[in-house]
Amino acid sequence: MAVSQSNREPIIEIDSLNVSFGRQDVLRNISLSVPAGQTLAIIGESGCGKTVLLKTIIGLVRPSSGFVKFDGQRIDQLTDQELTQERTRFGFVFQNAALFDSMTVAENISFPLRQHHPDQRAAHEESMLARLAEVGLPTAVLRKRPAELSGGMRKRVGLARALIMKPEVLLYDEPTTGLDPIVSDVINELMMRTRKKNPVTSIIVTHDMKTAQKVADRIVMLYPLARLAAGESQILFDGTPDEIERTKDRRVAQFIRGEAGDRLMEMNENAEEGMVI
Amino acid sequence: MSTGIEYAPRPRRNVLSVLTDPIADLGAVVLRSIETLGDMTLFAWQTLRWLLARLPSRDALYTNMYQIGVLSLPVVALTGTFIGMVLAVQSYSQFRAFGLETQLGGVINRTMFRELGPVLAATMLAGRVGSAMAAELGTMRVTEQIDALSSMGANPIHFLVVPRFLSCLLLIPSLTIMAVFMGVVGGAAYCVFLLNIDVHHYSANSKLYVENWDLLYGVIKSVFFGATIGLVSCYRGFHCKAGAEGVGQAATSAFVQSFVVIIVLDLFLSIMLDNVYSYLWPTSPMLLNG
Repeated sequence: MAVSQSNREPIIEIDSLNVSFGRQDVLRNISLSVPAGQTLAIIGESGCGKTVLLKTIIGLVRPSSGFVKFDGQRIDQLTDQELTQERTRFGFVFQNAALFDSMTVAENISFPLRQHHPDQRAAHEESMLARLAEVGLPTAVLRKRPAELSGGMRKRVGLARALIMKPEVLLYDEPTTGLDPIVSDVINELMMRTRKKNPVTSIIVTHDMKTAQKVADRIVMLYPLARLAAGESQILFDGTPDEIERTKDRRVAQFIRGEAGDRLMEMNENAEEGMVI
Repeated sequence: MSTGIEYAPRPRRNVLSVLTDPIADLGAVVLRSIETLGDMTLFAWQTLRWLLARLPSRDALYTNMYQIGVLSLPVVALTGTFIGMVLAVQSYSQFRAFGLETQLGGVINRTMFRELGPVLAATMLAGRVGSAMAAELGTMRVTEQIDALSSMGANPIHFLVVPRFLSCLLLIPSLTIMAVFMGVVGGAAYCVFLLNIDVHHYSANSKLYVENWDLLYGVIKSVFFGATIGLVSCYRGFHCKAGAEGVGQAATSAFVQSFVVIIVLDLFLSIMLDNVYSYLWPTSPMLLNG
């Protein structure tokens, strides 16, 4: 699948991207190309810069050097108005849904429509109900506040909100983190259904291998810079879900199997060091 | 907007570093302050730009006006009343020693109109509303709600800061007038009913020392104070550090920094407005009295 899609025009191109916060480098020399319609999972351990990469794609984080191109345009060179316009072509599902506490579920889902098409209020409700049905939530939740919802429901409302503008690209930040296995699988199914119903390109940041294996056409693994040698690529793996199973890279294999490996030795060394001090 | 540059203390290396390190640390503090000031100026500029480019929605503006203005009225009125009475208590014995107790109204009213009214209303607003705004926006920052706004093509400054800034700016004059009015009433009530000062003389002397300019003087100051509270509190919320501690710090620093700026501004505005008055009305008898 990934092979056939690689022939398509890339909708997102990342070229020699570097991101730093103060003196801390988070991303180093990342280059990636995402063809339209592909579902890409970015995996890696906590702190490797997955979320930062996702936020850089949509222009929430500015690169230190390098660039992200969306549909042929460099995101960092857009004016505020152009960026606002381009962002309506994205849907972003945040890790903890990031629903607005002060609004009801209905107001949350219809927020992008009210923001960009304030004169078409009549169409908003129809669109909102369609998205709510798509994520399998009852209409009774519409009047509730985010604080009254469970974690899984909040994620689904977040997905409905991300879908309301019929985006071309969906960005998911840890969509299954903090959910029980059943609700996690519900979210996985929803992501797959969304892709079937809408011709979207999806980028899923996750450390849940089940999600990556089930939903993605292609998997990219990032590694924390602090653990890499100078000049070593931060992308440890780029291939299909089948290929990752057969990988010979010890660090990739360790991650997909969830083994602590040399981290245990590191922990013991740190503990010993602490005792000496 | 913040560049996030860290100026870490340098490790002490040799005898000479004992002398150079404090200078380096001082330089780091100065650089950090300049960076924050520049960042805050950019924030204020963006807020003004969005304010002029597009007015906020009526719903957002009314909700903030209610929270900031209407709900602050009782506390401003109450503190204003008591400050007026406290002024009467503190001044009475000294004025009485010179037989000038009927002049108390002039002192209380002029102080309320020019100083205590605007500063009191601003302090209450910074404490009640500024901290709450910083905490609310800080929580929104920490829980990625501000990022969510941006990702949906809504500008957070236009959507979150402009309505709060505008509400502070538009409603602080009303709160100041309320504080002044209640202070005048409180001071008069205390003098007339508890200190038994003759109401006719009290009232006549009050009018002698206070004119419309004094009310305008307080209102002009309050507009600057309102703008300060709106900008500083929203800036602190937007630049909140992660976690509950970060939100707490944002709320505290919003109040402390607003208050410090208000007091410093108060001095400069007083000097400036006195100069404006003497320029506009050089022969006014108030200049001789005041």
